Amino acid sequence: MTTPSTLSLPGPHDTTRLELPNGITILIRPNFNSPSVVINGYLPAGSAFDPSDKLGLAYFTALALMRGTQTRSFQEIYDALESVGANLGFSASAHNITFGGRCLAEDLPLLLTLLAEALRAPVFPGQQIERLRAQMLTHLAIRAQDTADMASLTFDSLLFPNHPYGLPEDGYIETIQRIQTDDLFAFHQKHFGPRGLVIVIVGGIGVEQATQSVIRTLGDWQNPEQVVLAPLPTITPPTQTIRQHIVLPGKSQTDLVMGCLGPRRHAPDYLAASLGNNILGQFGLMGRIGDVVREQSGLAYHAATSLNAWIEAGSWEVSAGVNPANLERAIELIISELRRFTSEPVSDEELDNSQANFIGRLPLSLESNSGVAGSLLNIERFQLGLDYFLTYAERVRAITPQDVLQAAQTYINPDALIIVSAGPEQNQAK
Amino acid sequence: MPNSVLQTRLENGLLVQLKEIHSAPLISHWVWYRVGSRDEARPRTGLSHWVEHMQFKGTPTYPASVLDKTIPRDGGIWNAFTYLDWTTYFETMPADKIELALDLEADRMFHSLFDPQEVESERTVIISEREGSENEPLFRLGEAIQNAAFDHHPYHTEVIGEKEDLHTITRDDLYQHYRTYYVPNNAVVALAGDFDAEAMLARLQHVYAVLPAGPPPPHPAQPEPPLTAERHIELTGPGQTTYLQLSYRAPAAAEDDFFALTVLDSLLTGPTGLNMFGGGGISNKTSRLYRNLVERELAISVNGGMQATLDPFLYDITITIHPDKSYHQALAAIDQEIQALQDHLVSSDEIARAVKQARALFAYGSENITNQAFWLGYAEMFATYAWFEQYVERLQAITPADVQRVAQTWLASHRRVTGVYLPQGDQPEETQEE
Repeated sequence: MTTPSTLSLPGPHDTTRLELPNGITILIRPNFNSPSVVINGYLPAGSAFDPSDKLGLAYFTALALMRGTQTRSFQEIYDALESVGANLGFSASAHNITFGGRCLAEDLPLLLTLLAEALRAPVFPGQQIERLRAQMLTHLAIRAQDTADMASLTFDSLLFPNHPYGLPEDGYIETIQRIQTDDLFAFHQKHFGPRGLVIVIVGGIGVEQATQSVIRTLGDWQNPEQVVLAPLPTITPPTQTIRQHIVLPGKSQTDLVMGCLGPRRHAPDYLAASLGNNILGQFGLMGRIGDVVREQSGLAYHAATSLNAWIEAGSWEVSAGVNPANLERAIELIISELRRFTSEPVSDEELDNSQANFIGRLPLSLESNSGVAGSLLNIERFQLGLDYFLTYAERVRAITPQDVLQAAQTYINPDALIIVSAGPEQNQAK
Repeated sequence: MPNSVLQTRLENGLLVQLKEIHSAPLISHWVWYRVGSRDEARPRTGLSHWVEHMQFKGTPTYPASVLDKTIPRDGGIWNAFTYLDWTTYFETMPADKIELALDLEADRMFHSLFDPQEVESERTVIISEREGSENEPLFRLGEAIQNAAFDHHPYHTEVIGEKEDLHTITRDDLYQHYRTYYVPNNAVVALAGDFDAEAMLARLQHVYAVLPAGPPPPHPAQPEPPLTAERHIELTGPGQTTYLQLSYRAPAAAEDDFFALTVLDSLLTGPTGLNMFGGGGISNKTSRLYRNLVERELAISVNGGMQATLDPFLYDITITIHPDKSYHQALAAIDQEIQALQDHLVSSDEIARAVKQARALFAYGSENITNQAFWLGYAEMFATYAWFEQYVERLQAITPADVQRVAQTWLASHRRVTGVYLPQGDQPEETQEE
């Protein structure tokens, strides 16, 4: 067996964090057991910057970065990547443009070169942009027919009215149609720069070599015009239950998403809420909700909860896929579980189980380069501290059933929920 | 003995495979049964998958309520999968907690309860699982193609089973299926991770050797001869997007041609790896079909791939059609590319590139202990572990002439089913407020 001394969770002892003069933060954790390297990162140019008539602009820009640069065409970029079995991709969230890639360790300089070219010198070739637009529009047409996507999209819009968290980062058909190539250039010019850019590198590479590769490709990048995000509107919880059903004819199953606001990632009660969420709808076979909806009632294959915590707020969601005839019963069962969850403390045994789960699963969640890279990125994004994993067990163990109840009562009001379903017309239920 | 595999067979016929990997304090434990939808027939399709669900419903020693909690409490993950040829269960645990997984799997090889009430409750869960899939156009298309591609062979039916059968299967059907196939002489136990192989073998002897062998389970399926004429199916459904899927009857995994066709697929639609847990993929934007279909705006996306199976199954090419184009245009372009592979030799550089991609995908997947253990038993289900060990080597041995030959043989149009999903057209979305 590996001895505890060789069991090494990432921490300040083996993770290097440094800031370049131009504002780029680099985190590196070598893993010489691995012949490959993962890179992950973001820069603060997310969909919160989208103009309301051009929703999807940040995401469109992200996807367009690799459609051609000043040095390489689309096919040349992907030929370089795919020939060595590497990958690289961009996306967008509300706050950030995100990127991720992996390669064999010897190809890291190439991967960083391609990353830097895409970030710094995209040329948005007209024909490629139109091709990409058609792909995005098709994706939106598919989304419009996806019961889970439509329930989730509508849930977000009702939970976060007038806030970027309530808007889809991939936009709507009419807003994607409106975006011009000039908009992409302007967005890139205003929002892409080294300030706030974070890059995490994990795998079979030394700290010095990785650092030099980043400095060589991104160290001299400057953009004095890079815009800072203005404060976003205040988020307030719903005051009464809002219920919507999206009709998607021809579907066999109805997808349900219901819930309320959750803590922001930095909130002091985040960990208590997170353990509570585990008890409510994750632990074992999807927690209490899974037990009631699936195991005891056989109403759904999937019925679980999720706690999504971001910079400014979060969402606490229950989702399930049910036969249309069982929708009302599933909603009732879930609400009654939420009432119980907000009116009495979880048992010591339940909390102990979830605490053991949170602590025990760390080695498994951190075994791969991508697992470590994702965790380090979160640590940086939410400023959790490089010793996060080293003090984690202690913090998890400190939470009490009373803490969980208080967090539940703070966020969940069973009489003021957003409840959205998407599927066939309700009165045509089988 | 790092990097080598200890393989042995216990007296009761159970095959054991052990691979020490000391990079993280984890062990992944898998039990594989040679039973899947390949061993089923109407009116009892879906039995193997349903039995898999029932395996989570408890034994006298490990009631369901205990099972659900113990493994996550110890920081482990567990799950199960049912496929055409096999059913498998795994637990990946911190190394010092693996005992539980061994005891649990040995126990439920024989002692699952199949409580009649639980059977009924699971019936609606499985129907719900199927209805969730039916919401997806590509599930419906894939199912229709499988139906059309096989007349007699059980690969005709989706693993989850026909809905009609899911309504009528009884507790006795399930229990009989379980008792027929869940015997050590029809199973493989594979572990990879942070253990000493000899010590682990002694432990496995203790847990598993006491289980009695059963009569050899029946596997009546016989491969079906190749199609002699192209088959075409069309189905309609909601949405605005047209999908085209070409499914060619493919070689079984153990056949030599499987490797040549794997290389061909890498060139035609992009590389596909054998990773099941993490590792990610490689994009396919320089593949021949992407360039000829997506870059020419006939399609939005192109995917392709083949499953490693015991009997010949299907090589699929799936296309999302561009909204301004018809599937006929895309089909003509695919045929043109396949014709090119049949008429001209590919370059050895292209093959070398496909091999490098396969190597990279293995490197990515090998970071996860769970993948490493998965690979051990997986290949046993349709060949032997040597199949897996020699995988890259055998890709490397493929010549341009091999690729041309398999293109001519396996991608002949009379061997395929062409399936199209046609959208019914615009259906404005409505909102019901309450």
